[in-house]
Amino acid sequence: MVAVPEAPPGVPESQVQGRNPWYLAWLRLRRNKVALGCGLLFVLIVAVCLAAPLWADYVAHTGPNDNHITDTVLIDGVETDIVAPDGTPLGPGLRGRYLLGADQNGRDVMVRLLYGGRTSIYIGLAAAAVTTVLAVVVALLAGYYRGWIDAVLSRVLDVIWAFPVLLLGIALGTALAIGGLKLGVIAIAGDSIWIPILIIGLVYVPYMARPLRGEILALREKEFVEAAVAQGMGPLRIMVGELLPNIVSTIIVFFTLNIANNMLLESALSFLGAGVRPPNASWGTMIADGYQMIYTAPHLTIVPGLMIVVTVLSLNVFGDGLRDALDPKARIRIEANDAGRH
Amino acid sequence: MTREPLLRVDDLRVSFATEDGVLQAVDGVSFDLAPGEVLAVVGESGCGKSVTAQTLTGLTRSPNTRISGSVTYRGRELTGLGDDALRDIRGEEIAMVFQDPMSSLNPVYRVGDQIVEMIRAHRDVSKKEARERTVELLTSVGIPNPQARVRSYPHEFSGGMRQRVMIAMALALEPAVLIADEPTTALDVTVQAQILRLLADLNRERELAVVLITHDLGVVAEVADRVVVMYAGQIVEDGTVDDIFYSPQHPYTWGLLGSLARLDRPRTGRLAQIAGAPPSLLDPPSGCRFAPRCAFQFGRCDQPPPLDHDGGTHLDRCWLGGDVKAEVRP
Amino acid sequence: MARFIARRLLGMVAVLFAISVIVFLIFNVVPNSDPAARIAGKNADPDLIARVNADLGLDQPLPVQYVTMMKQIFTGQLTSYASNRNVVEQIWEGLPATFSLCIGAAVIWMSLAVLFGYLSAVHAGRFADRALTVLSLVGISMPVFWLAAILLYFLSFKVQLFPTGSYVDLTEDPLDWAYHLVLPWFTLAVLFIGFYSRVLRSNMLDAMNEDYVRTARAKGLSERQVRIRHVLRNSMIPIVTLFGLDFGMVVGGGAILTETVYNLPGVGLYAGEAIRSLDLPPLMAVTMFGAFFIVLFNTVVDVAYAVLDPRIRLGEAAPA
Repeated sequence: MVAVPEAPPGVPESQVQGRNPWYLAWLRLRRNKVALGCGLLFVLIVAVCLAAPLWADYVAHTGPNDNHITDTVLIDGVETDIVAPDGTPLGPGLRGRYLLGADQNGRDVMVRLLYGGRTSIYIGLAAAAVTTVLAVVVALLAGYYRGWIDAVLSRVLDVIWAFPVLLLGIALGTALAIGGLKLGVIAIAGDSIWIPILIIGLVYVPYMARPLRGEILALREKEFVEAAVAQGMGPLRIMVGELLPNIVSTIIVFFTLNIANNMLLESALSFLGAGVRPPNASWGTMIADGYQMIYTAPHLTIVPGLMIVVTVLSLNVFGDGLRDALDPKARIRIEANDAGRH
Repeated sequence: MTREPLLRVDDLRVSFATEDGVLQAVDGVSFDLAPGEVLAVVGESGCGKSVTAQTLTGLTRSPNTRISGSVTYRGRELTGLGDDALRDIRGEEIAMVFQDPMSSLNPVYRVGDQIVEMIRAHRDVSKKEARERTVELLTSVGIPNPQARVRSYPHEFSGGMRQRVMIAMALALEPAVLIADEPTTALDVTVQAQILRLLADLNRERELAVVLITHDLGVVAEVADRVVVMYAGQIVEDGTVDDIFYSPQHPYTWGLLGSLARLDRPRTGRLAQIAGAPPSLLDPPSGCRFAPRCAFQFGRCDQPPPLDHDGGTHLDRCWLGGDVKAEVRP
Repeated sequence: MARFIARRLLGMVAVLFAISVIVFLIFNVVPNSDPAARIAGKNADPDLIARVNADLGLDQPLPVQYVTMMKQIFTGQLTSYASNRNVVEQIWEGLPATFSLCIGAAVIWMSLAVLFGYLSAVHAGRFADRALTVLSLVGISMPVFWLAAILLYFLSFKVQLFPTGSYVDLTEDPLDWAYHLVLPWFTLAVLFIGFYSRVLRSNMLDAMNEDYVRTARAKGLSERQVRIRHVLRNSMIPIVTLFGLDFGMVVGGGAILTETVYNLPGVGLYAGEAIRSLDLPPLMAVTMFGAFFIVLFNTVVDVAYAVLDPRIRLGEAAPA
């Protein structure tokens, strides 16, 4: 609550304003045209990918997994092979069908790109949600209770952190892909998209939980916590009602940048065959497929990668802008970087 | 006997371009500093005293800053001076000590190294000579065991000792002027007295002119020869220390004095406060800037009062006539 | 100080132990990864599988298997299920390629990152800064393996400027060794350059507002002296510690993508193959190797921090 200060004698009422920090942050963000633009770009990409079925049905007239190896398509009045006899697929061109060309199975790259985008973005968002929830819970518990709870949780974070990220992701991905995951009553199939989501979500928990824990530890020392305890507030109310609201801006920034990290990690895992399973497409699997034909059909590799770069870049720029707007002194020193670093 | 002023500041104005508009931090400040004189600049937070002090050696220069007016040192104009020439003056002629010695010293370098760095930046001496000089300096400011302490880090000193180190560093090249920006504000009361005594001794023994920035009039009474009172970017009173304490001429000064606990006056109940808050420097009032808080304001206060004197060297920025003030003054 | 190091070493051992147990469990509790059946080949009868099981000691209870495997790792006796080769030997053989890649990339990324970060901070807000920031942001938004593929396509295939992957040993021909590593070095470095230059820029901008920088100017130091001796020096501390952590991660398994695309016979490539064939012994060994490096460098970083920042050394809490 921000109290409205009283005007000192002689100063007109109109000159005094209580200013809500969220409103101030919004004003600062609004001034940052580039960051706003990138945020909108991301939303646009998501919207376009969500419209995948529309494109598939009305423009390309084919599905993402439909093979057309032996078919032909009419281009400028000429019947052209979608996949040439030597295996070279059709390249990009200005047309409705096969706008971005075809892959070695005759599938429409544009359609796969849009559907793959849905998968990649969905995984990025869902994993970010998983990481955030776990990280916030761990940070609150460890930071509030301290003592042995903190010691245990911190050690668990240390172990996850010490695992070579990519190896852990691949190991879990490969192992779980075969038999799926059975946790008591919850059974997840091996080729479910939730396997990569959970793995990626887990891997980044220490990355987010540690700084949050640090903030909670610092906040805990402040008087308002003492006051809450003195008022007889239970731990849950203090954690959720008093501590959590104060770290919300950090969480928001981390969440945004985490989506970018997750998308990069997902593409890496899928490239190595430990992420999204065929025939599902994600931008990562598309790069893996395209890589087979890189010398004859470079567009198959370039296009999905470019989409990843543009999407991740827009998230990074927007996340930066968010951080500057929410805390102009930028005490939160974080960057979206990790996935690619492995 | 009039001597040429060491430092002459004439109609200095400093403004900063900020997100919310142009902030006029210093709006027409003028004063002189004679050799060996201690000048106190007094005022509350935000009145422009620190900005004035830092502008003297060009420390406020930046793309967002507009500086106009004149600052002359021994007749030489400093405001437009090139960076190289300005660097020669800093430390050699005019040295500065800042408010918080913990953050003003680089935490990762030893204290001795920081002083040696300063010496060697201006003089062509060997490290050994510079170190010896450093030990001398630490001794002269009263730091015990200086040989060993030269190798200590800033956080290994207490607050008062750290400030002594800063002062030692400032004196390294025997400057003619020492600008002390709130040197005692961050220190305990008992330590404050020691630092002030140190400054007074240095002033006396070395004919070191001191510009002492502070918000604490108690500090002023101890050490100063002359006092300048600032409010909202302007000087509102300028006189000797006796003038200010025994016949203050501006209502703001009255307020500052009234809020001091004094042994030479009878206790009259609670210490007086000055109600209200200073005006915004983004959009200062057009008339007298203190008028909104002044118990004695009247019609004429809509016009900005000039800084003038009634026959002597004691200046004030107030419309009230001398006779009126004598009656009304608390 | 000695006690501090001793405690950290103990922590290291505990973490490594936990990791080894977790990896072991992942691959033993998961169904369908029956190595005996795979080794025995298709259409193997149950007797053959049973004999293979006994040979490899796979019919022993899990804890016993675990202890045996750990013993084998430490005595260098571990054999892969799939290829029957000594795992520790293979890791050893992969070290030169991995270290060549990682150390070379590290040198490049640190030098360029410091240069770019410094320039960005000094010219903050102006064109040079904006340009470098854009480059950095693009750099950290690229999937490493994609960048590798693109570079290979354009600089190795279209324009035959660089060789297409593979590795030449340093001792054979230093020039050729470097020539083959230029693209991999650059690929691995790009992402880090982007990240580190931005961190340095941010640290330097913060440091420039610190009081001690104002004091340094008031002392009459030149702007360059102030920037390098005070701003840069203080801003490098977090960079050096980050570097330690990242270098540990890169050696520990981060190079797997780069090695795969460029076909460099390093530990990362070996790890990739092991994972694909679900071959537990090499997997265990490689993960332990990786975790060891990460944890080792974590400890080195903690010690380095104490060396670089005297406030930590003498027991005071690190400033935020």
